[in-house]
Amino acid sequence: MKGVKHKILVLSGKGGVGKSTFSAQLAHGLAADDTKQVALLDIDICGPSIPKMMGLEGEQVHQSGSGWSPVYVEENLGVMSVGFLLSSPDDAVIWRGPKKNGLIKQFLRDVDWGEVDYLIVDTPPGTSDEHLSIMQYLGATHIDGAVIITTPQEVALQDVRKEINFCHKVKLPVIGVVENMSGFICPKCKNESEIFPPTTGGAEMMCKNLNVSFLGKVPLDPQIGKSCDNGQSFLSEVPESPATSSYKNIIQRIQDYCGLHQSQEK
Amino acid sequence: MEETAGEKSNLAGVRHILLVLSGKGGVGKSTISTELALALRHAGKKVGILDVDLCGPSIPRMLKVQDKDVHQCDSGWVPVFVDQDKSISLMSIGFLLEKPDDAVVWRGPKKNALIKQFISDVAWGGLDFLIVDTPPGTSDEHISTVESLRPYQPLGAVLVTTPQAVSVGDVRRELTFCKKTGLRVIGIIENMSGFVCPHCSECTNIFSKGGGEELAKHAGVPFLGCVPLDPQLTQSLEEGRDFIQEFPKSSAFPALANIAQQILDGTSPQSS
Ligand SMILES: Nc1ncnc2c1ncn2[C@@H]1O[C@H](COP(=O)(O)OP(=O)(O)OP(=O)(O)O)[C@@H](O)[C@H]1O
Ligand SMILES: Nc1ncnc2c1ncn2[C@@H]1O[C@H](COP(=O)(O)OP(=O)(O)O)[C@@H](O)[C@H]1O
Ligand SMILES: [Mg+2]
Ligand SMILES: [Mg+2]
Ligand SMILES: [Zn+2]
Repeated sequence: MKGVKHKILVLSGKGGVGKSTFSAQLAHGLAADDTKQVALLDIDICGPSIPKMMGLEGEQVHQSGSGWSPVYVEENLGVMSVGFLLSSPDDAVIWRGPKKNGLIKQFLRDVDWGEVDYLIVDTPPGTSDEHLSIMQYLGATHIDGAVIITTPQEVALQDVRKEINFCHKVKLPVIGVVENMSGFICPKCKNESEIFPPTTGGAEMMCKNLNVSFLGKVPLDPQIGKSCDNGQSFLSEVPESPATSSYKNIIQRIQDYCGLHQSQEK
Repeated sequence: MEETAGEKSNLAGVRHILLVLSGKGGVGKSTISTELALALRHAGKKVGILDVDLCGPSIPRMLKVQDKDVHQCDSGWVPVFVDQDKSISLMSIGFLLEKPDDAVVWRGPKKNALIKQFISDVAWGGLDFLIVDTPPGTSDEHISTVESLRPYQPLGAVLVTTPQAVSVGDVRRELTFCKKTGLRVIGIIENMSGFVCPHCSECTNIFSKGGGEELAKHAGVPFLGCVPLDPQLTQSLEEGRDFIQEFPKSSAFPALANIAQQILDGTSPQSS
């Protein structure tokens, strides 16, 4: 991990809110600058989505002299996931904690990432083995912080508050919170519907109450799901969508955060 | 100490156990658990819900009992009753936390110990159905739950997915989990399939369509139906209301009622 400049964890207490989707777009967004080297590590051991979302399903990791080598989407974008170690799409990883922890350790120690500007870590939902392990193994090095993903309704926010408390507990800085799936614009009549209504004020209100940064909202867009299923970069496939500009704004804010904190340290 | 489904067991009075599973998060496991419980209650059944999602318990809020506490009795914990008639009872880690926002930062062994306790020490009394809501994945919670429930029959799993490939892929792995652990699959539910615009009635498949049904065919297990994306359902869960009673005209209602009926038919004495 010595050659890694910035480390960003993508977290959420809640499942299915779009962590992997965001991690994938963040990786694509950061790698759009060819002078930057980007690494995407998927530590969702039981439900790895990253191989499919990055268009790498069926790929296998290669053994190199200095360990495992990541699978590359582009020259400057490398990916590692348990998905690359499974032999069929039906293979289930039915593992208890210690085995999962062992693999996460291997991902950090034995993967030959090379020189990396940004390492993005996509996580499973919750606050358990995977989260504790990644903090334990990365804790000795500098982590820029966590980006927390939520949807607008209270059922999701109640889990996300727990996740923010987890970050405080393990002293992981919170870069900010993204509200995903906020509002849906009907493609026919252009009226907006709140499918997941912010009944308690949404992520923005929660951020105010907990005194953490709010990074922005991404609307529900059926094209996002399609791009993910097809393993394409949504940002470059659908550049005119309002969701693309929200993603780009949020990515910019994350870059600014990392840059700022780097210069402060020097 | 091997436990058997003997006289003294707290699960001895439970007639059917249903696990609600999905490899994927946020697909609506807790939603389906809650609505199934409500629908079965309306059919005159006595229902218990065991929430083994230790890091993200949702059911207490969905049934508006988040401020209640569990108490001790001679045979263990008394679950929280949701209504006056005591027709729905619930056990969840949500009732054991000091503050609702407390994070449960536990590794596997501690989670496994609590789940074992949840399975042996809750005084459910007589129940027609015990519905077990689970966290996403195929890890500690799932292995422990299935292992501890195995002595109690009949036991079956309902798998929930959303239609898109990213989610179906995870549920495919969950099916392998069921096969490996010898858990009977009652069927697959495709949730959040299609959204009907309340302004112009246009249907948009926000999370695509058909993935759940296809998976059921491919795996040779029953398909229980599609539940559409319905903002009235989300709203009603946010407020902890009885959707089955209050929103019979909504788009998700017929789908949920039909799924509950299939479960009733599949577990009636004639068919088993
Ligand atoms: N058919 C539907 N229409 C509209 N909203 C829905 C539907 N199904 C689920 N939801 C909403 O989606 C959100 C996620 O559902 P839920 O909490 O039940 O998922 P889960 O699978 O239990 O998630 P987790 O993996 O985090 O436990 C909830 O806010 C719920 O109200
Ligand atoms: N803003 C959005 N609009 C439409 N679909 C979305 C959006 N964000 C995520 N999705 C879809 O929702 C599903 C769940 O997202 P995913 O990233 O897999 O969640 P998680 O990693 O939190 O479990 C994916 O199919 C993804 O394509
Ligand atoms: Mg994911
Ligand atoms: Mg749930
Ligand atoms: Zn419309």
